[in-house]
Amino acid sequence: MTGDDDAAITADGLRKRYGAVQAVDGVSLSVRRGEFFGLLGPNGAGKTTTLEILEGLREPDEGTATLLGERPWPRNPRLLPRIGVQLQASAFFERLTAREQLATFASLYGVGLRRAEEMLARVGLAEFAGTQAERLSGGQAQRLSIACALVHEPELVFLDEPTTGLDPQARRNLWDLLREINADGRTVVLTTHYLDEAEILCDRVAVMDHGRLLRTGAPAALIRELDAPTRISVPSGALSVDEARTVLGEGAQTTDDGVSLVFATRSPASVLALLGERGALNGLEVRGGTLEDVFLHLTGREYRE
Amino acid sequence: MKAFFSLSRALLVSNSRDRTWLFFTVLFPLMFLLLFGVLFKGGATAHSTVLQVGPVRVLDSMTAAQRAELGRTLTVRRDDDLADALRKVRDGTDDGALQQTGSGQLLLHFSAGDQTRAATVQGLVQVVVQQTDQEATGRPPAWTLTTAQVEDQSVKPIQYLTPGLLGWAVATSGTFSAALTLVAWRRKRILRRLRLAPVGLSGVIAAPTAVTLLVALVQTAVFLGVATLPYYGLRLTGDWWLAVPLVLSGSLCFMSIGLLAGSFAKTENAAQSAAQLIVLPMAFLSGSFFPLDYAPGWVQDVAQVMPLHHLAAAMQDVLSRGKGVDAALPTIGGLLALAAVLCVVSLRLFRWDDT
Repeated sequence: MTGDDDAAITADGLRKRYGAVQAVDGVSLSVRRGEFFGLLGPNGAGKTTTLEILEGLREPDEGTATLLGERPWPRNPRLLPRIGVQLQASAFFERLTAREQLATFASLYGVGLRRAEEMLARVGLAEFAGTQAERLSGGQAQRLSIACALVHEPELVFLDEPTTGLDPQARRNLWDLLREINADGRTVVLTTHYLDEAEILCDRVAVMDHGRLLRTGAPAALIRELDAPTRISVPSGALSVDEARTVLGEGAQTTDDGVSLVFATRSPASVLALLGERGALNGLEVRGGTLEDVFLHLTGREYRE
Repeated sequence: MKAFFSLSRALLVSNSRDRTWLFFTVLFPLMFLLLFGVLFKGGATAHSTVLQVGPVRVLDSMTAAQRAELGRTLTVRRDDDLADALRKVRDGTDDGALQQTGSGQLLLHFSAGDQTRAATVQGLVQVVVQQTDQEATGRPPAWTLTTAQVEDQSVKPIQYLTPGLLGWAVATSGTFSAALTLVAWRRKRILRRLRLAPVGLSGVIAAPTAVTLLVALVQTAVFLGVATLPYYGLRLTGDWWLAVPLVLSGSLCFMSIGLLAGSFAKTENAAQSAAQLIVLPMAFLSGSFFPLDYAPGWVQDVAQVMPLHHLAAAMQDVLSRGKGVDAALPTIGGLLALAAVLCVVSLRLFRWDDT
């Protein structure tokens, strides 16, 4: 479609309908080679279908996708060895050990056993090589599943909610691995429900809802664009609410919940100056907007499943 | 090709660690063979036993050859305690107690508890007495009756049990493995994962096929090994090796049936039930567990359209009836043709994914 050698993924006007549901409704995006790209959205936003179209698992009703200069649909044997996909539910052969799973996938791609062993060590599973996949912990299983997606050294990697269900330690451990993969020069496309994760890992994110891309950009840029008030908090009682309201006027929203005194303001300097004057800077906390704020602002707050 | 080997290997390792799988594919059918083999052993010949109480001249004076001849239908044991002998006859352990009460006087005690056995033992003893009587006249008998047992020509239980149960075992493992592997792989997203790898659909289907064929060969070896033990006494006739192509084509045929069931089933449980619903009634209607000779006519008609019936019949022909290629080829052809048709249908219905 484009002669753009720099693009790992180009999608143009993708649409996919299931019965009455328009799952993907005109998605166009482009991911550069070597980029860490996040696709965010609430459940049912169309992330998975979009990914499946890009991976070549589904045919779009309309629009085109190009990966590494190749069309993913119909099943394209030239493209398959160049992409790696980690599926949401880890797809393992029953009763095979970690090493055997990886060796099986390696040989499907014509990759040697040695590489499988290296990959096992790389994801930190060397000591669990002889453990059957069913007996691995959640984090270990996710790492094995990522290893299976990476064993053939793909240029482009898709990871679908790799950290779901992991404890904080396992998540951080996995982040390091994902960063390394990206640092190798691989393009990584990630979907996740954790916006802190996306903010930390991704070069750019796209927020999606109702089958459309609402906003695409670097997390920091999206956050600035949101222009959310800065929240400044100090321990409760450092200053009386009335006094603060008198001094700051319309410049800040002030609340005290008995634990913290919180100012939500667009001019943090005046609040900080006030607190500085009164010597009330102990236990100070300043928080700007987060990607989560951007996400909730774009997709609304109503609960969905 | 590489994909085929690595997938076959993965499946074999995976299956061999599954105790349930091992049990149901190899041990379970074998248990039926062992059990039925014991239950039906000797069931075809009514063998009578008589207790000899004290000296009985008609028996004592027999030559070794006569004794051996008699031994084919009547076993004579010595029990000189009359009370004990009568007790044994009364409770059915033995069929009669024979006593010499005087010169030329014999007394046979029998129990009316089992009329058939009572009649048999009276008849047999009568024959012995008449023979001795006739010999006592010193003249050659005017009529001689030679008996010939028919069992060697017709079917012994082990001869229909082995092909029948082996056919059932092959049908079960073929149908189940094809149906279950496909559904389990689809449900566990392994099919989806394989679709993303540079492997062909042929490799994905060939691997479970090869594993199941291998299993069928193992089942055949085990079955024939056990059935030919002296205890069970299956004697293989000339072209028994034809059982191998028969088993393989039967296995392919039932895999295609399983493949079809697996194309429809959404869950492993559904696939398992579907496979069971197909195989078990078919096994009964095909005469896998007992011969259909006494079954109503419609059952015999239904059996004619059951692939399992033809598989078992052809195996019986080549395994124990001394028939050759002529008996096996039409069945092999039929099974493979059915397999081909069902495979084409299944491939059209094939889905990599649930949705």
